[in-house]
Amino acid sequence: MENSRRSFLKLAGISALGLGTKPVLNAFASSGEKHGPEIFPNQEALTAKRWAMVIDTRKFESEEDLEPIIAACHKIHNVPKLKEKRHKIDWLWTDDFKHVFTYQEHEFVNDRVKHLPFLVLCNHCEKPACVRACPTKATFQRDDGIVLMDFHRCIGCRFCMAACPYGSRSFNFRDPRPFISEEDKNFPTRMKGVVEKCNFCAERLAVGKMPACVEASNGAIVVGDLHDPESEIRELLKNNYTIRRKPSLGAGPAIYYIV
Amino acid sequence: MLELAIKGGKKYWILIGGLLAVMGIAFVFWLWQLSFGLGITGMSRDVSWGFYIAQFTFLVGVAAGGVMVVLPYYLHDYKAFGRITILGEFLAIAAVIMCLMFIIADLGQPMRALNVIFYPTPGSVLFWDMIVLNVYLLLNIIVGWNVIEAERNNIKYPGWIKALAIFSIIWAPLIHTVTAFLYCGLPGRGFWLTAILAPRFLASAFAAGPALLILLCLIIRRVTKFDPGREQIQSLAKIVTYAIIINVFFFLCEIFVVFYSRIPSHMDHIKYLFFGLHGHGALVPWMWTAMAFMVTSIILLVNPVTRKNEAVLAFACVILFIGTWIDKGMGMISGGFVPNPLHHVVEYAPTIPEIIITLGVWATGFFILTILFKIAITVKEEVSGV
Repeated sequence: MENSRRSFLKLAGISALGLGTKPVLNAFASSGEKHGPEIFPNQEALTAKRWAMVIDTRKFESEEDLEPIIAACHKIHNVPKLKEKRHKIDWLWTDDFKHVFTYQEHEFVNDRVKHLPFLVLCNHCEKPACVRACPTKATFQRDDGIVLMDFHRCIGCRFCMAACPYGSRSFNFRDPRPFISEEDKNFPTRMKGVVEKCNFCAERLAVGKMPACVEASNGAIVVGDLHDPESEIRELLKNNYTIRRKPSLGAGPAIYYIV
Repeated sequence: MLELAIKGGKKYWILIGGLLAVMGIAFVFWLWQLSFGLGITGMSRDVSWGFYIAQFTFLVGVAAGGVMVVLPYYLHDYKAFGRITILGEFLAIAAVIMCLMFIIADLGQPMRALNVIFYPTPGSVLFWDMIVLNVYLLLNIIVGWNVIEAERNNIKYPGWIKALAIFSIIWAPLIHTVTAFLYCGLPGRGFWLTAILAPRFLASAFAAGPALLILLCLIIRRVTKFDPGREQIQSLAKIVTYAIIINVFFFLCEIFVVFYSRIPSHMDHIKYLFFGLHGHGALVPWMWTAMAFMVTSIILLVNPVTRKNEAVLAFACVILFIGTWIDKGMGMISGGFVPNPLHHVVEYAPTIPEIIITLGVWATGFFILTILFKIAITVKEEVSGV
């Protein structure tokens, strides 16, 4: 008994010594030349100072026009199709004008707008409430404005879901993998207990591809750099009246709608 | 002193056994939740916080409410409360532990909980909530334990304990304020987006916490040889009276602002809770019950004749506790999510597994409370030599 306690103390002492010296050793190790791989940006990557999207809703007539766009997004991002409504996960979906543009509808709004389905997605806000709320920086904003999720850091507290004024976030209430019909190996699947949402196709922009919804939209959806006066998106914003969701909250959504 | 907790009569062990049984059953359900995910609860994409977070919010209040017996003693030298400050401190310990357990139960990835410390984010209110709750827990453990130990050894507690006790008095409102800030700083949730939320939380906390203490005192008097004292109970009752009146007053202030300004995004939640919205009104009977209970308790508490009758006082405390629990533990959280940001009414109701896990956490809290109170009261019985 006595013996084992002594040897335990010895071991603990040596361990403590080891732990104490590690930072010192690290300091020596890093004093030489740089180690590890160097990272170069992809020359083909699409970049912007501030990404934004314009959705020209005049080019859509019905749900059928929007379904392929949603399907394209959900397919490449392995978004599961859950049967239970409570557990639903959506990155891009549709809703009526009165729900998308809450409290902006009026009794005499024209028939086309009243019955037209509108695309809904993460707004990649300029001042994202979700990023402010997240206690682990699992959701964060890039310099170019895109709001992303680190699925491995998320603790699943869902503070971001309460914070988001647009209802753009989904939570994996159960293991999503059995509900992915065809897995795309180019994008990670998620596990239960983490939050997810539209990522503005950051993984596609990084290799020079336009977001999936843009490609599938026949020109109805345009993304580009808000800070570039020559960009197509600026041209669209200049020549058309656009609206955004809940502008009074001051979050600065980056998704603009031509109605 | 812990040894005092393992010497008890038959009734004590039946209580301990009963609580352990509930904890055990709930633990099995929690393991199920751990393996399946939070999908076994009634929560959804639309109502993404439910019963767990509501209990957490209510119990932060109970924890903070414990200060109402500590404050008069240490700050105003109100000697009578010296007998029962330990009960307030130990109640706070049990309540905060329940709060922390509800947070863990609510996490999608509980094994990653420490990420809050590994990647500290001072911009997030949850980060601060983690800090204030843990510090409050630690303060109450240190103060409570030292005070009762000093009492057992017939000496006065050391001076630094008094300093810590005063610090904990300042800290108590902080825990509930920060908890309110979790909700009231969020854009686009009209129900919570009001500066009265933190004061309202505090008022209901200072009503519900001491009301529970009164009930515990009455139980202690009946089942042990220690009498917390009639004066003490009556003083607590007055604190409860003021707090519950202020709570209802704050609520009515909110009602005026919301319904006179007639801003739909603020009105719709309250309409949903009290009248139903677009044909959905699961919480309507609950909310009116809560209001009726709170108002009835005010009538019984304000009147000195009824307040001084301990049987009536006990009844008033029971309905007050239930009323504030419904208000905060059921209406406050899901009410904020209905209607959702796209103005759909998606209702929420806890599932059976969710309720069992909730009961398990409450049982754990009462298990801790029973043990702590057992220790405290045995010491008091020893000292007074009864």
